[in-house]
Amino acid sequence: MVRFQNVGMRYGLGPEILHDVSFELEPGSFHFLTGPSGAGKSTLLKLIYLASRPSHGLITLFGRDIALAERDELPALRRRIGVVFQEFRLLDHLSVMDNVALPLRVAGVKESDIRDNVAELLDWVGLSDHLQSRPATLSGGQKQRVAIARAVINRPRLLLADEPTGNVDDRIGIRLLYLIEELNKLGTTIIIATHNEALVARFDHPEMHLSDGVLTIKRKSALGTV
Amino acid sequence: MFRPRSDLPLEQDAAKRFLPWLIVLVVYLAALALAGLMVLSTAASGWGRGLTDTLTVQIPPAASTASEDGVADSNSSPKARVERALEVLRATPGVAQAKALSREELLALLEPWLGSGQFAEELSLPALIDVKLKVQSGVSLEGLAATLDAAVPGATIDDHKRWFDRLILLVRSVELIAGGIVLLVSLAAVATVIFVTRTGLAIHHDVIELLHVMGAHDAYVARQFQYQALETGVRGGVIGFALAASTLLALGYLSARIEAMLLPSLELSASQWLVLSALPFVVALISMITARVTVLRTLAKLP
Repeated sequence: MVRFQNVGMRYGLGPEILHDVSFELEPGSFHFLTGPSGAGKSTLLKLIYLASRPSHGLITLFGRDIALAERDELPALRRRIGVVFQEFRLLDHLSVMDNVALPLRVAGVKESDIRDNVAELLDWVGLSDHLQSRPATLSGGQKQRVAIARAVINRPRLLLADEPTGNVDDRIGIRLLYLIEELNKLGTTIIIATHNEALVARFDHPEMHLSDGVLTIKRKSALGTV
Repeated sequence: MFRPRSDLPLEQDAAKRFLPWLIVLVVYLAALALAGLMVLSTAASGWGRGLTDTLTVQIPPAASTASEDGVADSNSSPKARVERALEVLRATPGVAQAKALSREELLALLEPWLGSGQFAEELSLPALIDVKLKVQSGVSLEGLAATLDAAVPGATIDDHKRWFDRLILLVRSVELIAGGIVLLVSLAAVATVIFVTRTGLAIHHDVIELLHVMGAHDAYVARQFQYQALETGVRGGVIGFALAASTLLALGYLSARIEAMLLPSLELSASQWLVLSALPFVVALISMITARVTVLRTLAKLP
């Protein structure tokens, strides 16, 4: 699904943010990406959702070597990835319905097919009463659920969430993670970047830990982290 | 108007608000310059038609061509000289018509300058012969001048060519200036559309990046800018054209009232109006293409 081999990343002539990062994610897996602020979590996610190119190393997504992919091929690869941003990044001039419909419109889905799909998904995340609301009128938790709905409307094979619980309280954060876990049970591969250790501890999923640009993977067992 | 649903709130951009007014100005100026160009072209071709197939033969008064012994030849009476010139002209292949102007017609020609008093009537005037040539006559003016001079010493030909050439040069210069104005205002419009589009790209960078991450092709983002530019172009263009048309109609009305014979007619033909009315749509199309190219070139720099 996702394979990094000795990937390094630096912005311009700045310091190296990621050093020789290597890992492989199996389809349907669920991983937390942890580490202190500035450790390179967002940079790693950006490389996966193809918003940046690595300084060196090899990235393979869905079996395709990204370095060999033509620029025209990238949109199709990006459509197989859903992204949830910490700051939501909802479009304030569009309704909740239009925000969630955006990936479908980008993919060229017919308008007649969009409405039912979006309404069904917003019902699933508990926002069926807010189809025509503007994001500015929603609470932080509601906004994050809209952002999750938008990220999964296209049935992505890989879902990346950057601090999805960063702007909501713990109770809502846990509910959001249960929501994401449901998606994982349906076969979506998940990576959640967070620095909320308490939240990570509640779930039995492996942890990719970044510190000073170096990645280590911690697997949990019934007896603790190994 | 034509714009499909947009993900970008482009109509709220401050930079975009002045674009329709600039398009109004561009189309207004371009329409006036184009109309001036068309009026001049029509007038020049009309003058050309009127002059290129006519000649004037001038025969000076007989006294200046007295014979060497100082005695005026009976054949050198003004009437005889004119008759001789007419014979030569009518015998020349390519001449459709040759007609001597009467003294009354000559005086009428001079009246605007000399008045109609006794003074003008006492003047010794050259005789003038109005000559019409057949179309594509191929008459050699030099040969005809030599033949005429031999038959009627002192007779000269004025084919209006020098005057007409200068007039055409003037007209062409004005046409060039008008064309330059059209080009400059078009370039100003293109530059402004590029500026507004780039500003829009900078303002909405976050949304564009989001669409990019969602898998939007560059053309998807470009479409939103190009339809916005097309709509702005058409709206501004139609207003600019309406203002230009009002100005042209007012000028046409005023020029008809002045009845200035030397001024070319300011009225445009139906086909010329048709060309002018296409201007707003051409400008809108240029705006649309400019916006599209600008967006595509900018987005090509994204990963």
